[in-house]
Amino acid sequence: MTASALYNIPFIAVAIIESIALFIIISQRSLIKVVMGLGLLASGANLFIVALGYRSGGVAPIYTNLPQQAVVLPVPQALTLTSIVIAVATLALMLSMIIHIYRNTGSTDAEKSRLMKG
Amino acid sequence: MGTMISKIVRTMSDIIAPLVFVYGAYVIIHGHMTPGGGFQGGAVFASGAGLLIVAFGAYSLQQKLKDKQVTLLESAGSLLFIGLGFAGLAVTFFFNFLVGTSFFGHIPPTGANAGDFWTAGVLPLMNIAVGLKVIAGIAVVMLTIALATTEVKK
Amino acid sequence: MPIAGMINSKLRNTIAIAGLLFTEFLVVVLARDIYLNGLHMYTLGASSPEITTPAKFIFPVRIILEVDSMNIFMALISSTIALIAAIYSMASMKKETGQDKFYFLTLLLVSGMLGMEMTGDIFNMFVFLEIASISGGALVAFRTRYADSPEGGLKYIVVSAIAGLMVLFAIGLLYSQYDLLNIAALANAIQYTTLDKIALALLAMAFLMKLGSVPMHMWLPDAYSVAPTAITVILLANSQASMYALFRTCFSLFGLTMNVNTLGWMLIILGVLSMFIGVTMAVLQRDIKRLIAYNCICESGFMLLGVGVGLAVLDNPTALATYGFQAMTGGIFHMVNHALFEGLLFLAAGVIFHRIGTRNLNEMGGLGHGLKFTAVLFLLGAFASSGLPPLNGFASKILIYESVYHFNPVLAIIAVIVSIITLAIFVKVFFSAFTGQMLPKFKEIKEAPKPMMISMTILSGIIILFGLFPGIVVDWLAHPAVNALINQASYINAIIGGR
Repeated sequence: MTASALYNIPFIAVAIIESIALFIIISQRSLIKVVMGLGLLASGANLFIVALGYRSGGVAPIYTNLPQQAVVLPVPQALTLTSIVIAVATLALMLSMIIHIYRNTGSTDAEKSRLMKG
Repeated sequence: MGTMISKIVRTMSDIIAPLVFVYGAYVIIHGHMTPGGGFQGGAVFASGAGLLIVAFGAYSLQQKLKDKQVTLLESAGSLLFIGLGFAGLAVTFFFNFLVGTSFFGHIPPTGANAGDFWTAGVLPLMNIAVGLKVIAGIAVVMLTIALATTEVKK
Repeated sequence: MPIAGMINSKLRNTIAIAGLLFTEFLVVVLARDIYLNGLHMYTLGASSPEITTPAKFIFPVRIILEVDSMNIFMALISSTIALIAAIYSMASMKKETGQDKFYFLTLLLVSGMLGMEMTGDIFNMFVFLEIASISGGALVAFRTRYADSPEGGLKYIVVSAIAGLMVLFAIGLLYSQYDLLNIAALANAIQYTTLDKIALALLAMAFLMKLGSVPMHMWLPDAYSVAPTAITVILLANSQASMYALFRTCFSLFGLTMNVNTLGWMLIILGVLSMFIGVTMAVLQRDIKRLIAYNCICESGFMLLGVGVGLAVLDNPTALATYGFQAMTGGIFHMVNHALFEGLLFLAAGVIFHRIGTRNLNEMGGLGHGLKFTAVLFLLGAFASSGLPPLNGFASKILIYESVYHFNPVLAIIAVIVSIITLAIFVKVFFSAFTGQMLPKFKEIKEAPKPMMISMTILSGIIILFGLFPGIVVDWLAHPAVNALINQASYINAIIGGR
């Protein structure tokens, strides 16, 4: 492959992950698989943000034992950390709601456990 | 409760769990020098709690963690964080007022070095506050979901 | 908050209401300051509150909180609605367990809303958006003993999570090009490249998803009908905070560099669709809170129509001065009115639910004999919602009708027809729920408890006040807000210029 395709591999991976995640969320019937699709969507967005901070020839931005070289951008890593925390809280809340739905209606299928229509 | 996990797993998790807790505390406290910090170390610590839940069952861990103690721990972490934010209010909110003083206030040296623990002002204290809150939060979430699913399976 | 709950339950309630009162007081004091002095900003963690660009750097470094007239307008709405809902919830949540967590989550939701409205940094807006969504979702699913509450909560959280991740993706796109997260600095540096178009599309779609406009409105009736009533009112203010975020990105972040005609027309078309679909679906409902929720979608359509007209003529100075400005004033004034009268309608429906335990219109009848005061207030809210003259709905709607008529007559005619249908559905609800023969099982219905009456009376008082003196409200609240949105250059200069 050419050099530019090699440098763009993280972004191609992000595109594939996001499209698979959107497909899962839209088309699956079981509620737990929808939650898994959402986790995958979050992972794709986080990967995109970390990957855009790369500067060629850079090393990890840790202050201790730093070699005399350029570093990659540290701000996207802080953004990703915040986003991972938010994703953890959201997924935990969604799973506990699915437990309540299962207790009240007896199934985790999106069609069978639907009570409000119209 | 049905069949319990075998004795080998219980013994090994008894040995390994304190090591996981110490590693989690290390990641929290050294957050301003090496990768890590409040949330990362708290998640590692809570994964140690998850190991105990898997090995010993959710009921035995529920008897060890009282509800009020965990709530107090979490609220203490939150109040410490906001208190440190307000303590620098004479200048602005969240001002790093410990830089330059002797408690945590050395300026970190630039270039390659072995790391100095007493640097970076208010940040290690805030890391500890966030770590307490994350430990309490994630451990309670894991315990609640484990309890809910064992009841449903019955 | 949980520590206070462990001590005494009355102490916890008092702390919650005192906290919200203090917030309201601070917001009113800040509002007076802003209207006299202009924009304010506060840099977190710097040596003094005004430095956004430190001495050795060329771009702003820290997170800033900035407040101008548009922000303080939304913050006034949010804190007032939160205070009224908290007073209401003291009576309506008496029989529930887990009240510690309810008040804790409510305060978290209100702080998330206020944070989203008062920040000047786009990643900070994302963080507060997610805080508000998660606490809102947990509160919607609060009554877990009914089967439909977790379902509404799950729908709310899934839609909010997808919207939040789209915003994160757009922030990544903007950051990768300009290396800036501050809204004013981004607005200064932005050129309209292809990646910026994608970021604008993602941001607009995400905020429209959180707001409940038509292609993405499926979560709104479910979530608003199963939530506890005080929470429904705060979620209303939350949707309006998302609308504020949409307007902030369209006007202050992108401004005139983008093709305003396209985006303006898209907002207009979505607004008209929301109005139409909202009000026609509301005719078929049997559940009283779902009906009011569909009315909410219809009123959001009005706001999108008004501000969309203003956006579409942003690059045309003569048209902007004649009718664009008025359309935007109508849309923004309608935000305040929407929060007030929809809040009153939801609170009145909540009183019915509190007394009889069901929301189904087929099982109600003749409640007006017992709940006299509630019936009168419900009628007041219904008249305000459809735009009848002495009330505030009329003032904002006539601003929208007149200015949209200059822009395109068909839209104004559709808006008038939709208002007439709104009046029809509320007449149907009123007659079927409150008047008629009293069913024998409702013989011992007493009037609503005191805290609920206080909240509803405050809201109706503000509605009548705004209806009788709309000029004062428009001059003091709406015009500065619209000016703050249109003048992108003054916003940028005030934050990063001339340091």
